Amino acid sequence: MTDTAEPIEQTALDQVVIRFAGDSGDGMQLTGDRFTSASALAGNDLATLPEFPAEIRAPQGTLAGVSAFQVHISDHEIYTPGDAPDVLVAMNPAALKSELSRLRDGGTLILNDDAFDERNLEKAGFEADPRETGELDGYVVHRVNMTKLTLGATEDLDVKKRDAERAKNFFALGLVSWMYSRPTQPTLDWIEAKFGKLPAIVAANTAAFKAGHAFGETAEMFGSPYKVEAAKQQPGEYTNITGNVATAWGMVAAGELSKLPVFLGTYPITPASDILHELSRHKNFGVRTFQAEDEIAGVGAALGAAFGGSLAFTTTSGPGVALKGETIGLAVSIEIPLVIVDVQRGGPSTGLPTKTEASDLMMAMYGRHGEAPLPIVAASTPADCFYAAIEASRLALKYRTPVILLTDGYLANGAEPWLIPDVSTLPDISVEFATEPNGEDPTGQPVFLPYQRDPETLARPWAVPGTPGLEHRVGGLEKQDVTGNVNYDPANHGRMTELREAKIAGIASDIPPVAVQGSGNAPILILGWGSTRGAITSAAERLRGAGMDVDHANLTHLNPFPPNLGEVLADREHVFVPELNRGQLVRLIRAEYLVDATPINKVMGVPFTAAELAELIQSTVNNSTGNTNAANG
Amino acid sequence: MTDVQLDPTKRPFWTSDQEVRWCPGCGDYGILAAMQFLHTELDVKREDTVFVSGIGCAARFPYYMSTYGMHTIHGRSPAIATGLAMSRPDLNVWVVGGDGDMLSIGGNHLIHALRRNVNMTVLLFNNQIYGLTKGQYSPTSEVGKVTKSTPMGSIDRPFNPIALAAGAGATFVARTHDLDRKHMIEVFRRAHEHQGAAFIEIYQNCNVFNDGAYDPILKRDNRADMMINLTHGEQIRFGTEGNRGIRLVDGAAEVVDVAGVSESELLVHDEKTANPAMAFALGMLSEDNYSPTPFGIFRAVNAPEYGQAVNRQLDEAAEKNGPGDLSQLLRSLATWSVE
Repeated sequence: MTDTAEPIEQTALDQVVIRFAGDSGDGMQLTGDRFTSASALAGNDLATLPEFPAEIRAPQGTLAGVSAFQVHISDHEIYTPGDAPDVLVAMNPAALKSELSRLRDGGTLILNDDAFDERNLEKAGFEADPRETGELDGYVVHRVNMTKLTLGATEDLDVKKRDAERAKNFFALGLVSWMYSRPTQPTLDWIEAKFGKLPAIVAANTAAFKAGHAFGETAEMFGSPYKVEAAKQQPGEYTNITGNVATAWGMVAAGELSKLPVFLGTYPITPASDILHELSRHKNFGVRTFQAEDEIAGVGAALGAAFGGSLAFTTTSGPGVALKGETIGLAVSIEIPLVIVDVQRGGPSTGLPTKTEASDLMMAMYGRHGEAPLPIVAASTPADCFYAAIEASRLALKYRTPVILLTDGYLANGAEPWLIPDVSTLPDISVEFATEPNGEDPTGQPVFLPYQRDPETLARPWAVPGTPGLEHRVGGLEKQDVTGNVNYDPANHGRMTELREAKIAGIASDIPPVAVQGSGNAPILILGWGSTRGAITSAAERLRGAGMDVDHANLTHLNPFPPNLGEVLADREHVFVPELNRGQLVRLIRAEYLVDATPINKVMGVPFTAAELAELIQSTVNNSTGNTNAANG
Repeated sequence: MTDVQLDPTKRPFWTSDQEVRWCPGCGDYGILAAMQFLHTELDVKREDTVFVSGIGCAARFPYYMSTYGMHTIHGRSPAIATGLAMSRPDLNVWVVGGDGDMLSIGGNHLIHALRRNVNMTVLLFNNQIYGLTKGQYSPTSEVGKVTKSTPMGSIDRPFNPIALAAGAGATFVARTHDLDRKHMIEVFRRAHEHQGAAFIEIYQNCNVFNDGAYDPILKRDNRADMMINLTHGEQIRFGTEGNRGIRLVDGAAEVVDVAGVSESELLVHDEKTANPAMAFALGMLSEDNYSPTPFGIFRAVNAPEYGQAVNRQLDEAAEKNGPGDLSQLLRSLATWSVE
């Protein structure tokens, strides 16, 4: 079984959505991830949606323990992990119970038949065996004895039965790889590289994978395999990247582009921890990663490092941003560069740690005491996290301000092929430290005035310890304009508040205008931010395909807004603002531009599908009297 | 600028142009003077020195030094200083705070900075009261303390800062007080020379909200019987005529009359003992302000400093993987080409 085996007839598909589902311990994330990698190497465009429980090992066989990974592969450009899966692989009854409703009508269902015993059926809450009741009649059902076949394939190996049984996910992967004509060598290589130190596991996984592949070929239950051709992509070198890895690489890149040492002060939190994991592997770039005692110490250490001249980051999720608020306020006051990465998740409180949501926009905007404006940047796709991290760093450095970078759980864990940029095309974001006094005291002696601003950017000079003659003190008490001395004068506080505000507002002239897709003056505008970009793009394309005149746009900069946003919003019959929250951008838009925008909201821990967005928009426009329409059931 | 402002061996060189705003008579003035005089004797540059503080009366300290300074937020100065010190091992980082700042809201950061052995010197100005918020009891106030927030007396048992620092594995632990400039300067100097985290508790008088709290120990007439001076390698003796000493019983230190015990039972101070138990035991001698209380350096041991350890890993990584190459990083996962 190699890719050079005799040619077999293949049925062409332009795209397919596959969902792998099983128990948390069944290795479904890994299975999906490997299928994704093989598809990326095959040149498909793709988007993924990993979904897993917050518990590390939820009770086996229960609905709570179901872990799923959805991957959408295609021969053309796609923007979402797909509306409804075409194929559902269910490794146990709980996975079937929890995931079946997602499968499209007439979709293909692949069951691990061995897992459908009485005990597992009961744990999943089935009163009768769904394979017998007719409830699966609307689907193409393949019952495969994956456990038995895996045990059979590994029985001659020197492998413990438990390890052999655990290889059944590779059987499933082999089978689906055959069904969709995935190249096998990358997976075999990966098994060798990953488990090389455990030869028995390599042997078991390899045998199971090959057995699954061979089963597809010989069992005559699957017909001919499908083929999804490579997508037409811009020429170049590609890699498959998740949002968290892209964020970490963006941080490394920002360090290189600014010629500053990178410092990350952080505390582990789902779904942001992988940024720390990834970044801590790249110490050869001079990157310092610090796992602090808590969220507050994480951002505190980052601020301290920034004072010392590092390009400093802290990474977290919503609960961490809440804890870091006071320190971020201090950074606003002492006007020092700092990037806060918020990988948003379902809230409030602990909420849905492993599920996505985009409900921290208002916290990013206003979640500090006092008047404490700061720039907000949002990434829109997994790979875009790379560029967003550089952009957030650029703004922080140039304007000496904390910047909040918003990503989310969907971007963090989701993957997409990425055309690797030529690093020489990345922006120079270097800044100069102050080295000389910039003023005179009343006696005419040269002095350093830490709050003497650049007239253009309103940024204050950044003088780092070790620079002779520029010794100065900063702090959270209000400072006198220009000198930076502690000052309680009412007029000075008013002036400093306005200066801080004007500095951030002025960034609008330093960011690109928002790009509008579509005719540009359609009566309908769909405006999104962050990770809704993919679903909005797909929905807009479908609506246009259905004859509607629709524009769509996605905001990367949420504070300040791009300078042309007012014009873009003007004179529309409908402005729809889909968000994975209860209406946060829409409030800012309404307040800022007095536009009667319509919110579309979903807070279910999963992204929008293009289908639901397109339907909602179409029905709202058709009814035209409707306003708020929530996608929530 | 006058000549003395240009001469690092003179106090004005180390004094900022900001008016000091502590209450007249506050113990903080004496500590500030000691710190400025110390710097006239140290061979350090003004630009290489940073004072970091949190919130409270003590935390205004950085404004009055002519060095770099950061007056930050309540309790977080050890964390903020950690980031600065570990990314800039070339700097001399001093951290200043009071008992509320360091032991209440910032207690967690303090113990973690100490156990990591980050190169910084932490000065705990302990006046056993909240000053800036006007007189509430603090985590070092004695049980029964009557304050605005505890009209019937506080019921919290206080921290013993020396024992806390020793328990956190601090590699340098010392105590001094605001009335003895010479002693402060010597303790500060030793802390400055120490590689890693140094912790100094300074008994400091708040003459507005807790005046005279340490009088039972520090008043001239009481000193001989109440102050125990620790000197490395010397038998611990105090009292008029040195008639009192310390011995260890079941791991706890106790005060004894020298006449009543054999010479070999008397504890000889060893600040280099690796195990912090001795420092802990000595710290626990001062149960309250009416107990004989040790001053000086409880503990000064060598251990790897955090920022240097971090830098070693950076060097090792660069040696092993070569210096960072961004273009290579972006190709470090599986890649494929589209023609």
